[in-house]
This record gives sequence, structure tokens and C-alpha cells, in this order.
Amino acid sequence: MATSLPSSANGARSDASMHIILLGVNHRTAPVELRERVAFSAENARRAAQELRSGGVVGEVVVVSTCNRSELYGVFGENAEHAAAALESFITTFHGLPAGSLNGALYHHNDHDAVRHLFRVASGLDSMLLGEAEILGQVRQAYMVAFENGDTGPVLNRLFQSALEVGKRVRTETEIGTRPMSAAFAAVKLAEQIFGKLRHHRALILGAGAMGEQLVEHLRDRGMTSIYVANRSRERGEELARRVSGEAFAWADLPRALELPDIVVSCIGGDEPVLSRAVIEQAMHSRGGRAMFVIDLGVPRNVEPGVADLYNVYLYTIDDLTGIVEQNKHAREKEIPRAEALISEQLEKFKSWQASARSVALLAELRDKLQHNREEFLRKHMDEMEHLAPADRERVARLTAELLDSILEQPASRLRGEKELRRKLEEIEAVRHLFGLEKHQP
Amino acid sequence: MTSFLDNLVLAFYLASFGIHIWYLYTDSSFIGRLGTLCLAGGVVSHYFALLSRARAMGGVPYQDFYGSLSLFAWLLAVTYLGIERFHRQRAVAPFVLPFVIAFVAISTLLAPEPAAIQQTKAHGPLFALHVTINILAYAAFALSFVVSLLYLAQNRWLRDRKLGSVIWRFPALEVLERMSRSSVIVGVTALSFGMALGFLWAHRLLGHYVTGDPKEIVSLVVLLVYVLYLRLSRQTAWRGARACRLCVACFFCVIFSYTVVNFYLSSYHRFF
Repeated sequence: MATSLPSSANGARSDASMHIILLGVNHRTAPVELRERVAFSAENARRAAQELRSGGVVGEVVVVSTCNRSELYGVFGENAEHAAAALESFITTFHGLPAGSLNGALYHHNDHDAVRHLFRVASGLDSMLLGEAEILGQVRQAYMVAFENGDTGPVLNRLFQSALEVGKRVRTETEIGTRPMSAAFAAVKLAEQIFGKLRHHRALILGAGAMGEQLVEHLRDRGMTSIYVANRSRERGEELARRVSGEAFAWADLPRALELPDIVVSCIGGDEPVLSRAVIEQAMHSRGGRAMFVIDLGVPRNVEPGVADLYNVYLYTIDDLTGIVEQNKHAREKEIPRAEALISEQLEKFKSWQASARSVALLAELRDKLQHNREEFLRKHMDEMEHLAPADRERVARLTAELLDSILEQPASRLRGEKELRRKLEEIEAVRHLFGLEKHQP
Repeated sequence: MTSFLDNLVLAFYLASFGIHIWYLYTDSSFIGRLGTLCLAGGVVSHYFALLSRARAMGGVPYQDFYGSLSLFAWLLAVTYLGIERFHRQRAVAPFVLPFVIAFVAISTLLAPEPAAIQQTKAHGPLFALHVTINILAYAAFALSFVVSLLYLAQNRWLRDRKLGSVIWRFPALEVLERMSRSSVIVGVTALSFGMALGFLWAHRLLGHYVTGDPKEIVSLVVLLVYVLYLRLSRQTAWRGARACRLCVACFFCVIFSYTVVNFYLSSYHRFF
């Protein structure tokens, strides 16, 4: 998406001291039947955010809804339990579910747990397919929708921008998303390792199985346009060829058809191999020895194992591809600690920002309160000092204002400059309490 | 003895190597461009380092072993950069740059102070061009050797279905094959031109063509085996791994020509 991310600086003073809450369901806590009942369409997400804000449940809100999760991220004032209960009640009412129907499926996290959760989601660590790339785009989309509707403020702006940043870092600085995780995708990646860009190469699909069709989709995504189909049943072959915008060959023309493609995908039922060593050898000779990648998805196998020994022929069976996927899965899992380290680093940055924003807000509140006290003090005592000329009164007022500034100058400067001090002041509520600055927020 | 310029050259090449390894790991185009930029920085500063050495010696620095090695490293880097730009493929850099770095390190860290060379009729521009272009040919052949080895390794892994973690970052086999062929075309063209200049120079110097020098014979053999490679690499039975094996074998002829022939057999050709 070309839209640039909004600035999170505006309004940092007003809401940064508030708390973050997350409530949701995902593929680990709820079956698909339940997940689809609490999913938010784009329009529903907008409406839900608006209702949550106008109802005073949360001050800021972002709805993240994908096929594997529905999550509400909000910013609330004081009572975490109240906010969680209100959100749970909202989500069941909004989707027209009976009360308590989400018991056990819903999870909720507050503050740093919620932040870490979102960072893990954006990084693909919480996905069904570890390290999948789509989730980062989905999180970005959810955030942009909320931002454009005015549902976000300084806290969620900062939170989601941090999440997108860490998601991108995890993808580029670890290998969590580099390797194919499905057999069809692994086959296409292997084809690219042999031929490079597939745009000008050709593929022949033998049979009309679902997995072959899935593979064709991946090939099409890579820009391949020359796809041929051959099937024992001419009608089914032609039907598949139509679906994939390919060209159908009669089964009897198979030897001729084999001269054309660089990639042969075979997924035919039957006990005997369809592609013998002699047939492929003849095809290789006819095509001038150019490399051929044969993918045998059939069980029992469609291609004679001896084909693998032919020069410039690369033969992979379904077991080989599954083996690659398994190997890649383990390799991705090995990258989890590195991804978690990046997430922890980003969480520390977010905490530091939050502490800084809260400190600034606290100082502003303190200044306002002292200013108010000063004005009260002057009003009360100036009446008793009638002998003072207006110029002297003005001078006294100016001097007390200067005194106030000089008292607050040092702590303000230290809070701005000293990261460690801000960390120590993380329990800022205690300081707030010390100066009698408790707020009553929704 | 090393100068600031020598250190800068080494620093650029080392940085480029490190960044290209990083690129192999991250696949980020920004990091890739950064690696190429560092390599270009290395090539430019290396040119000025060679120029400085040439001024100190009073001629193109191929008269001594270290100068010749440095010139070879520079031409290898230049050839690689050209091939990288032509094929838009950066993943080979981590396998080529170690050679460039090693040669530069040897030629700068171990080389004595360059001594002034005695100017003779031999050191005219025609002769300098003959030597430089021949070294360019050897550099191009060296590049095709590295690329072919990479092809053979990847081909073996793909055929044996033993795919490690790095293979997904390697260039495709067809790309490696094309890169190897491009390098050989550069090498064959440069060697043909360089040899022709050599004959011309000898004729101008002696009034007749020199024939029978072992270096001439071996260079001709090198030229022929690479032409044979170019011919066979497009034929049915040879394209792919067999052509790459032939390319690797051809390079042993280059090594023989660059070492045994230069050091022991030829009286005209030393260190180039």
C-alpha cells in the first residue's frame, strides 16, 4: 500500500497515560465455526469501532479481523476488568451471540502483554502457518482503516506503527518467512531455482487433481502463461485447461506434448507409472537437452524412479516436497528466538516511548495544577494587600510564575533527557497520586 | 608497505563482501545495492591505487608478481561488476569477492616498495595493452570458473534433493549457466584481442612474428578449449552440468598458463 503511515506525535499528551487492552479469538482458541461467527467484515469493523468509541467503552480502537483471528485493540482509562467485561459484552452483542457463548474462546491481555501479542501477530509468530507474510499486510490494512475513520489516537498510532516496523524487521532480519511451507509452493520455488524467472517457461499438467490446480495457481502468480493440460478423460482435461486458461492435449498426444514443457506436473490415479524413463528420454532428446523439472504428485507414483538418473532431469515426488516443507518448518521454528529478541527490543522501545509520553503528560498536569493553585493563592492574598499598586501586583504575579517555572524546569529537562529516569518512573501512577493528580476517565 | 589508498581498497572490498553475505541472508534489494556500491567504490579506489603504483614504477604494474596479482584482482572485480549488472544477479558476489580480497591482501600487505622499472622498447603502450587485456581474459575465465563451481554444487544438491538453507538464496541454474557463458565470451574476446596485440608487438619489435614460445602455444590451447566450451555448452548432450565441468577443466589450463608456463617455460612472459 502506498499510503504513508500517520504521525503518532500529535496528541501524545492527552492519552498516553491510558492503558491498552486486547480482546479476541484466534485459531488456537476457537474452531472455524466460532471464528466465522465473530469475524468482522470491513464495514462491520468500522461500525464496531464507532459504537465502541461512542459508547465510551474505549477511547481508541482498531479491529483486526482475518480468517484466523478477530481481535479488538483498545485504549481505556482506569479499570481493566471493567474494560474487558465491556468489550466481551460488546463482541457477543454485536454478533448476536448468546451471552457466555465465547467463554473459553476469548483471550484478553492488558498493556505490555497486549503490545507483545500484537508484535507477535504482525511478525507472523502467532499465525497458523508460522512466518506467513500476509498477516503484516492485514494488520496494516486494519490500522489504516481505523486511522482514516479517526478511531486511533496517539497510543494506538504508536502501537501499530511499532508493530508494522517490528513485523518488517522480523521478515528481513530472520529467515522465518523465506522458505516455502506448502508442497505446491515448494515445487514452484524449486522450479525457480532451476529456471529462474518462470514467465517465459512452459508447464504441462497431467491429470486434473486439486493439488495440480493449486500448483498452476502459483505458476500463474509467477507470470507463467504457457500451460498445457493432458488428461485421460478429454472432457475433464479441457475443462481444467479452460479454468487455468491453458491448452488441452489429447492423451494420445502425450509424447508430443512432453517436448514442450520445462515443468511437468503429474497427478494421475492408477497403479502403473504414466511416464517411463524411455518416454522422458525421448522427450529430452526432442527438446535439445534443455532441463526438465518433473513433479510427481501421484500416489502410487506416476513417474518411473529411473527418470531421476536422466541427464538434466530433476524429479521430485510428493514425499520429496513434503520433506522440504517439514525441513523448512523446523528451520522456521529455529528462527523463533531471534524473532522474539527483535520483538522484545521493540517492546522496550515502546515502553520507553510510553513512559516518556506519560512523564510529559504528568508534568503538564502538575504545571496546570500548580498554576491553578498559584492563581487561587494570588486571588486570596492580593485582596488582603490593598496597598500594592497595580504594577506591583503584576510584578508579584510574574515573580510567582517565574518561581513555578524554575521549580518545574529541572524535572522537565531531566525527564526529556534521561531515558533511565523515565524507566524508573514507569510506575508513574504513584507520582500522580503523590501530587493528588488522580484522573477519572472512562 | 600499505598506503591509505591500499587500506581503503581492502576496506571497500571487505565491506562489499560482508554486505553481500548479509544480502544473501536477507534478500533485501537495498542491502544488495549497498553491496554493489561498496564494490564499485573498491573498483574505483583500486584503480587509483594501481595508478599510484604505476607512477611509482614508471609503467603498468605487471612487471612484478604483486603488481600483476593486484591488476588481476582489479580486472576480476571489474568483470564481475559488469556481469552482475548485465545479468542483474548479486548472489554470486560472496563467492567471487574472497578471491579479490585475497589477491588484494597479498599484493598490498606482502608487497615490497615498488621499484622503478627499466624502460625499454618492450614497455610501450601496445605491450601494456597486450598484457592488460590478457589479464582481463584470465580474470573473466576465473569468474566463469567460480560460477561453474557454484552451478555444479547447486545442481548436485537439487538432484540429490539435499536442500540446505542457503540454496533458496542462490541464483537459478539457468542464470548461473548464462553468467558462466557471458564470462567466457568476455574472456575469449579479450584473449583473442590480447594475443593479436602480442603478435603485432613482437612483429614491430623484432621485424618478424615470434612463433613457438610455450606461452603462445598454451594461450592458443586455452583459447581453443574455451571456444570448444562455448560451442558445446549449447548442444543437446552438453548443456548444463557437463558444460560447467568442461568450464572448470578449461580453467586448469589457465592456471597452468599463468603459473608453470610463466615461471618455468616462457622467457618472454613473466607474471602475466
